[in-house]
Amino acid sequence: MESEKQLKVSAIKDGTVIDRIPSSQLFKVIEILGLEYCEKQITFGMNLESKHLGSKAIIKISGRFFEDDDINRIALIAPEAKFNVIKDYKVIEKRQVAVPETIVGIAKCFNPNCVTNHQPIVTRFHTLRTGENLALVCHYCEKITDAQHLQIITKNN
Amino acid sequence: MSMPKSLVSIHDFSKEELLYIVDLAASFEKEYKPVLQGKVVATIFFEPSTRTRLSFETAANRLGARVVGFSDADNTSVSKGETLKDTIMMVSNYVDLIVMRHPKEGSARYASEISRVPVINAGDGANQHPTQTLLDMYSIKKTQGRLDNLTVTMVGDLKYGRTVHSLLQALSQFNTRFKFIAPPELRMPNEYKQYLTEQGLSFTEHTDLAENIDDADILYMTRVQRERFSDLMEYERVKNVYVLKNSLLKNTKPNMRILHPLPRVNEISADVDSNPKAYYFEQARNGMFTRMAIIHYLLHGKATL
Repeated sequence: MESEKQLKVSAIKDGTVIDRIPSSQLFKVIEILGLEYCEKQITFGMNLESKHLGSKAIIKISGRFFEDDDINRIALIAPEAKFNVIKDYKVIEKRQVAVPETIVGIAKCFNPNCVTNHQPIVTRFHTLRTGENLALVCHYCEKITDAQHLQIITKNN
Repeated sequence: MSMPKSLVSIHDFSKEELLYIVDLAASFEKEYKPVLQGKVVATIFFEPSTRTRLSFETAANRLGARVVGFSDADNTSVSKGETLKDTIMMVSNYVDLIVMRHPKEGSARYASEISRVPVINAGDGANQHPTQTLLDMYSIKKTQGRLDNLTVTMVGDLKYGRTVHSLLQALSQFNTRFKFIAPPELRMPNEYKQYLTEQGLSFTEHTDLAENIDDADILYMTRVQRERFSDLMEYERVKNVYVLKNSLLKNTKPNMRILHPLPRVNEISADVDSNPKAYYFEQARNGMFTRMAIIHYLLHGKATL
């Protein structure tokens, strides 16, 4: 039965395969997409070889499809990620993450004196691309949070 | 409901609006009438700042508006745990305009988005203090007769000083030549220098005060603030580096004026005060006329003067 087990991991009938996630960001992606509460069958792979990223992670989710909004939410931490939409074992669509101009309620402002860290205010950022790097300018305190200091707000906190 | 026009950050005003405010301030300095009679302005200060609050309250009173508010959050519902949102929702029900000071950065932008009346930011932490920038511009226009093509020399804490950052951004629209004089620890941050380069403006950086002030039209002094330093040793090292003395002013230009956002500690010695080039006390007076102009503009738009 070894081959059947392998098949389960490597292919799904209908659903989504998220590819090209940096290995270090896998658990954050899971958090942002709320997959810990998803009841569908999910397979994760981490520290896989990747020509592009060196080391990558993938997520395969059966019977689950994502909206553009969900896809773009992970742009901050996995800007290279690809969402492959699978129907009947075939990739019918490849969707690329796009960095939105504004990001609402996902990231935490790095400035400890920012009002959003003291009052019940939904965070809002304008994205700033400098070469490879993505940084966030807080709509409120106007300070920059760079990728290194990025903290994601999850649904639990 | 569309948001009323507020003044949270200096970027909220276009070049035309900045010039309009400066001209209106000049006209109020000559003559003003109680044109805001029947209006009520709230000054809500979540942290004390007596100087700024009195300046705003006098400005509103001189135009005939009445003023309500608080000067400290301690005796308000804030101390019972009321959120900023609730306070703003309540106050904006009662008044025609809100002047707010708050210790947290970004609080004024947030308030302006939920308030039904205009909000003027009177300081949000280390972030913005746009009425200071406008009163600086009015002081420059008044003393130099123009805003264009001036040499503005900024001295002291150019790293943390929010007033110099805002003024730099506002003046960059007027072909200003900047000179920055600061200790290495407190140099102008790269993002602002890059901004100037993008605008095609030139600037020079220096560490010596005495040798670099003779070509200035405006000498903008700032205080090195103790609270900005996490390392107090570093503060002790730099706090007395840039002290302006009367003897240093000998070869400066006749039209040169010294500005300072105040309060000063010891960066301008008392013997400068009687020099006609010392302008910081009159600068504070200009603040009142500038705030009259800003309040008037936000309540009435561009009226014919």
